[in-house]
Formats: sequence, structure tokens, C-alpha cells
Amino acid sequence: MHSVVEICLIILFLPLISSTALIFFNKRLPRGGDLLATACIGIPFCLAWYVFYRVIAVGHDPQFLITGAMQWFTIGPGNAGWGFHIDNLTAVMLVVVTTVSFCVHVYSIGYMRGEDYYGRYFSYLSLFSFSMLLLVLCDNLLLLYVSWELVGLSSYLLIGFFFRKHSAADACKKAFITTRVGDVGMFIGLLMIYRQTHTFNYIEVFRGVQEAVQSGAWSETTWTIAGILLFCGAIGKSAQFPLHVWLPDAMEGPTPVSALIHAATMVAAGVYLVGRLYPLFSPDALLFIAYTGLITAFFAATIAITQFDIKRVLAYSTISQLGYMMTALGVGGFAAGLCHLMTHAAFKSLLFLCSGSVIHAAHTQDMREMGSLHKKMPVTFWTMLIGAAAISGVPLFSGFYSKDAILASALGFGMEHPNHRIIFIGLLIGAGITGFYMFRLIFMTFFGAPADDHRYRHAHESPRIMTGPLVVLAILSAGAGWFALGEHGWFERLVVPYSVGTAGVAPAAVEADGHSAHNIAMILSIVMAGAGILISAVFYYWKTCSAERWAKALGPIYRLVYNKYYIDELYKKTAVGGTLIAMRILAVFDRVVIDGLVNFSAYFVRAWSYISGAFDLHVVDGAVNGLAWGTRLVGTISTLFQSGVVQNYIMKVVAIVAFILLFQNILTTFL
Amino acid sequence: MDEWLSSLVFWTLAAVIVGSALITAFARTLVYAGFALLFTFLGVMGLYLYLAADFLGIAQLVIYVGGILVLLLFGVMFTQGGGLMKQPGRGAIQIPSAVMAVGMAFVVLLHVVLYTPWPVMAVERAAEPTTRTIGTLLLTKYLLPFEVASVLLLMALVGAVVLARREAKEQK
Amino acid sequence: MMLQPTLSHYLVVSSCLFVLGLFILVTRRHAVRLLMGIELILNAANINLVAFNHYTATGLDGHVFAIFVMILAACEAAVALAIILAIYQQYANIDIDRMNSMRE
Repeated sequence: MHSVVEICLIILFLPLISSTALIFFNKRLPRGGDLLATACIGIPFCLAWYVFYRVIAVGHDPQFLITGAMQWFTIGPGNAGWGFHIDNLTAVMLVVVTTVSFCVHVYSIGYMRGEDYYGRYFSYLSLFSFSMLLLVLCDNLLLLYVSWELVGLSSYLLIGFFFRKHSAADACKKAFITTRVGDVGMFIGLLMIYRQTHTFNYIEVFRGVQEAVQSGAWSETTWTIAGILLFCGAIGKSAQFPLHVWLPDAMEGPTPVSALIHAATMVAAGVYLVGRLYPLFSPDALLFIAYTGLITAFFAATIAITQFDIKRVLAYSTISQLGYMMTALGVGGFAAGLCHLMTHAAFKSLLFLCSGSVIHAAHTQDMREMGSLHKKMPVTFWTMLIGAAAISGVPLFSGFYSKDAILASALGFGMEHPNHRIIFIGLLIGAGITGFYMFRLIFMTFFGAPADDHRYRHAHESPRIMTGPLVVLAILSAGAGWFALGEHGWFERLVVPYSVGTAGVAPAAVEADGHSAHNIAMILSIVMAGAGILISAVFYYWKTCSAERWAKALGPIYRLVYNKYYIDELYKKTAVGGTLIAMRILAVFDRVVIDGLVNFSAYFVRAWSYISGAFDLHVVDGAVNGLAWGTRLVGTISTLFQSGVVQNYIMKVVAIVAFILLFQNILTTFL
Repeated sequence: MDEWLSSLVFWTLAAVIVGSALITAFARTLVYAGFALLFTFLGVMGLYLYLAADFLGIAQLVIYVGGILVLLLFGVMFTQGGGLMKQPGRGAIQIPSAVMAVGMAFVVLLHVVLYTPWPVMAVERAAEPTTRTIGTLLLTKYLLPFEVASVLLLMALVGAVVLARREAKEQK
Repeated sequence: MMLQPTLSHYLVVSSCLFVLGLFILVTRRHAVRLLMGIELILNAANINLVAFNHYTATGLDGHVFAIFVMILAACEAAVALAIILAIYQQYANIDIDRMNSMRE
């Protein structure tokens, strides 16, 4: 099985090679190097499926794990290493990341054609693929943090890819800074754990934390705090409730990037983090995660109803779905949450790529200006319909299975802890809203009368290179859930949290409850999804009710939701405003204290240089000039002796000899 | 009376020598200087005779007056058109400073001459012909210098002829 | 009697000749005049030789030396005049201030 490690090395480093090559040589490579980048993700794509096949289908071992590490450096008593941690979850994530990334690469060849910095775009994409794969493969917290920041960096670069657009430049800064707020918390949590366990390695950390809790070195509260701090990173990266504001703005990036990073992979990294570090979270921390996810899921769904920008609807939908995953993990639905991650990666990237295709054709992102596009773009329409059905939880599509599992987990949890039934109810209503806003999107975009004749006439189906990935992803969206969680599903059996010591007891019990609640949850979720779709058809397909009139009737609530609960404005007032006030205070401090010091030292230096300048001028220069003057005087005098005329020399010889003799003789004679 | 006469002859010769030398030094034209030099040479010849150096006196007359002076006068005449530059060169010496330097040398010489106790012989030498003795000395004691001097003269002769011949060729 | 010529008188006369020759040598710019100065100096030397020979020696060695000096003077005068003529042909003047280069 060690060949798996070598294959993983190839999977990991091919994108890095292509990224480096493209950064430096994209202008010299044919077609800006897009084929190289695509090949460098295509090969890992095949290899990842091979690993998946070996590990899941052939291996079929819930406890399957390969680790291997090299020493990187030593900090104090602990080590940091380079290493792989490959288990079933890793295999699933490898497939998710490489598949979506490959589809997006292929799609981008068509979508980004003719853009400026075409080669650079593919370089960034490859860099992102490398970072994400490292995040999935690494075996310790430090490397996890490194790759965490690397995906943040590539996200920043890609959101700001159209950096000439002001909004894009602002959005990439917003995304980077907002996620950074969460990352700080995560880093603190990471250091807390390191301080206790003196290691970064996952397995040793799990064991160390468990020992610390059992021996009383860590109180329950400390454990909870450490978990919540780690979860802060996930809040930032996965756009959970308080820090979700960056994700809708991140839609300023190219649409394939939105599909890859801001729908399928990077934002799911937070969910992966929680899943990977599952043993680090105390029950209280998990409850915190569950409620955070619930709030996010519900309130993002409500915002999605009111938006008109097609990509923003999808962005809020993504936030909402990420909330679902978090809630699932929080209530113990480990497999359910991570399976939803997988299916969501398929159908949400599909939806984004479809929206990109629509935008490509209609040259607008506003759904009110689209309409009746289903005749013009049949492939896009049908694939997007599959995606919408999947996300809404229409039976037999992938989303149905995973969302159903989540609802079952929540219901099971609610049965066990009656105080927390609200989680299930909230998620159920959210499921209905999901169906509503997704089909609202479908109806507004593809049905009804064309809102703009000009746009309608020029709309056209996208080229094959863009529709190809759509079809692939549509097949995955349709089938993945059945494949993973259906009749013979392997997901729940194989993807289990790493258990320290004895086999995991607590999650298994929760799973058992979930199973008993499965049927109720399934029926309720089908009913809710159907209701949501039906209502959206009433509003937007048959138009028996006017959406505008309802919006007007709901007045203040509608405005509140439409303006995204004014959270951006709140941040502007508090965080940005506070920063500005702090900035002004610091500016005053700067001006008075720092500038004072600087000016004083400048004044001092000036005075000193004035003194030394005077010294130079009068003493040093005086000495030098005096020397020069003396030399010149001597030279002038001695020039008189060196006229080059023989007669002069004769006379001087005569005079000098006579002078000497005169002194010698006369003076000695007379004195 | 005899002594007085001889003293008179000496002082006359001394006056002629110094006076004509002064004219040689200060005369404006070269021709005057040349003729003044003639009198200097003649005065020196007189001193030789006065000192009973008869051969030398004749040699002085023949060589200086008959040879060198005539050569100098030829030189003066050949270079008549050349003359001097209007402006003295940058190395030209001012007369006063030259007078000072030379005067200082003169003072030194006078001092040496007057204050040195010369080993003068008490007995006055008899005046007798010197030619035979000089001839003997030249061919015995001073034979080698004599022969070297003859070679030197030959070289000077040939050298002068060579210089003059090249000059003639160039003139053509 | 002071008027009676002694060795010192001759020496004084020769000193005068020497000094005047030196003066000519130092101040004059005409090459032929310089030759005259040199002749004066040589004559001064000769007077000294003869005078010392007369007053302080027994033989006639001083006379022989004087003859050698005359030989030298003759050689010098002949060669120097040939040179002066050559320079005159070259430069059309014989100012020794201008004779500070070997060729032009």
C-alpha cells in the first residue's frame, strides 16, 4: 500500500510544478500554458480516482490509515514534520478536490479565453490546487495552518484577478482580512494545543489532548475553548455567521474560481477541518458548532430569497449549505456532514459553472434581465436543473441523500436532547427555503418572457469545452448521493472520525439514533422541499402571486433581509469605524510623539552636523588649504631655481658656492 | 727707478687686462667685445713675458690672438644677420642679481688670495729662456698628456670639419 | 713697497678676469659672447698657473699645464664655433634661450 504515498506525492506536486512554471514562463508557453496546467491537474485527477478505488472499493477498511513523516524542524520540546495522513476521508477529499479542479480548469479554457493575464490565471488555479491538496494530505496542525493560509492567499489572488475593477480589488482585500480574523483564533487554539501536547501531529495531538482531559491537566472548559478557537478558523474560511460577509463579495472573481474555491473546495475546508480534528472538540464545542451552523444556514437562506444577482444567490446558498454541514458535524452526524460536503462540491460547482455559462451568454448577472433562456441553452438548462434538484433535496438526486442524513442526525440529536430540537426545526425550514430560492433562480433565468430582447437574441449555448464539465458534474451531482449513502452506501461505514484508543463510542451511538429517525426525517424533508419548489413555481412560474406585492406587504422585514440584515453596515460602523477612530488616535500619537521624537532627533543631527560642518570648514579645510597653499608657495619658489636655462643654473651654483665659501672663510677668519 | 718702471709696466698691463675685459663684458656689440678681447689677450701675453714665460707669451699670441680670436671674429661675422630676440627669455638673468652673485664670488676670491699664506720662495727666479726646458718636459715627463692632447686636437679638427661639411651640404 | 708686483697682485688680476668671464657667462645671451667669457676664464687660470710657477716652484710644470689649457681652449673654440654655425643655419639665430630643444 505504500505506493499510495508515492501517488499522493505526484498528486500533490504536479500542480505546484505547473504553478511555478506558469508564473515564470506563461508568456513563453503555447496558449499561455493552460494545457500544461490542465494536464497537471488532469493526471492527479486520474490518480486520485485510482487512490479512491484502492482505498474505498478495494480496501474497504474503516480504520484504514497511512502516515509517513519527515522531520522539518524542532521547536523547543516538540517537532514539526512534513508528512501525509491518508485515510478514507483523505481519499474522498482528494477525489472531490481534483475532480472539481479538473472540471474548472477545462471550463476555464473556454470561459477565460481572451482575458488579460490568461496564463497567470492558470498559475493561480494550480497554486490553489496544490494548497488545497496539501491541506487535505498533511498530517500535522502546522502544515495544516500553512496550507490554510496558502488557500487563503490563492483565494485572494483569484478574487482580485480582475484587479483593474475597483470592486474586485476591494473584495479580495475584504476576503483576506475577514478570514484572517478567524485565522488568528485558529492560531491561538493551535498554540494552546501545542503547548499542552508538544506536537503538531494529528494522532499525537488527539492522544495528548485526550490524556490532558482525562488527567485533569485540561479542564472541560479549556478543552471547549481550544476547540472553539480552532473552529474560529473554520468560521472565517467557511463563511459562517459572523464572518460570512466576504463570500458574497468574493463573487467578483471569475465564475470558475467561484465554483472551485468559493463553492466546492476552499470554503469546505472549514468543514474538513472540523471533521479532521473531530476528537479535539468537546461536546460543548460541538454544540457551539451546531448552533453556529444552524444560524448560518437559516439566515443565509433567507437572504438568498431576496437577491437578484445570480451569483449572489448561489453564494448565500453556499453559506447556507456550509451551515448545514457544520450543524451536522456539531450534532454528531459526522458522515452526514462530510458526505454533504462531497455532494455539495459536485452540485454547487455545477451550479456555479452553469451560472457562468449563463453569464457568458447573457452578459449580465442580474436575473431580472434574463428569462426564457432554456430554449437557447438546453445543456446549461438541463444541467442546472439537475444541480437545483440536487441542492433542493429532490429524491434520488445526491443532495437528497446527504441532506436527509443531516436532518436525520439533527432529529436524532433533538430526540436525545429535547432542549435542542430547534436545530432540527430550523434545518427543516431551511430545506424548504432552499428549494424555494433555487427554483426561483431557475424560473427567473430560464423561463418566463425574455426581459431584454437584445440580450435574448444574442444569447447562445456555450462552447463544448464549457458544457463538457457541466455534464460530468451533473452526472456526479445526480449519482454521488446514491453511490455514497444509498442502498449499498459505504460512506457511513468507512468515513468515521479518528478514534483514540478504543473504537469511537459516542458517534456510533448518535448514528444509531439517527437511523431510527431516518424515515421521519426523510418524509419531512421531501415535503418541505416540495413545498418550497411549489411556492416558487406559484410566484415565479405561474405568477399567480406577485413577488413584488408580497415584498411590499412584508415591508420592513423584506428590506432587512434584502439588505442582508445590515451586517455589512454594522461592520462598517463598528469594525471599520472603530479602526478609523483608532487610526485617528494613532495618527495624533504619531504626529505628537513619534514625529516629535523624529523631529527632535533630526534637529539634533542637524545641530551636530552644523558643528562638525564648521569644524570641517575651518579646521580640516583650513589645514588642507594651508597645506596646499604652503606646497604651492614652496613650488613657486623652487620653480625659480628650475628655469631649464643653463645660465640660471650656473649663476645659482656660483651664488651658492660663493655664499658657502664666504661664510666658511670670512666668518671663520674674522670670528 | 728700475723697480718703479717694472711696477709701472705691471700696473699698466693689469689695467689693460681688466679694462678690456670689462669692455668685453659690457660692450653693446660683439665686434667691440671681440676687439676688447684682443687687448685682453695681448695684456695677458704681456704678463707672461713679465713673468719670464717667453714661450708661453709667444704661444698666447699665436694661439689666442692668431687663432681663437680670429675664429671668434669669423663667428661674429657669420652670425651677423641672426642677432638676438627682442625679449629676453624666461630664464634671462637680471644684471643686478648677476652682479650680486658674481661680486660675492669675487669677494671670496679676493679673500682667499689676500689672506692665504702663499709659500712664496724667497729668492727671485732668474729670467732665462724656457723653450728648451718645456720641450724636454713635454717629450719626457708629460709625453702621454702631450700625445693625448694631440689626439684631442685631431678629433676637434675632424669634428669641426664634419659639422661644417654637413652644414655645407644642407645649404646646397 | 705696495706697488711692486707680488703673487697676490697677479692673483687679483686673474680673479678679476675670472669674475668678468663668469659675469659674461651668466648674463649674456649671445653664444659667441659666451665663448669670449670662457676664454677670459681660461686666461685667468693660465695667469694663475704661470704666476704660481714663477713664485712658488722650481721647474716649468706650470707652463706645460698652461700649454695644455691653451690646447683645450683651441679645441673648444673650434668645435664650439662649428656648433654655433650649425645652430645658426638651423634656427637663423643664436640666442641660447631658444636652444632648449634638440629638433624642431
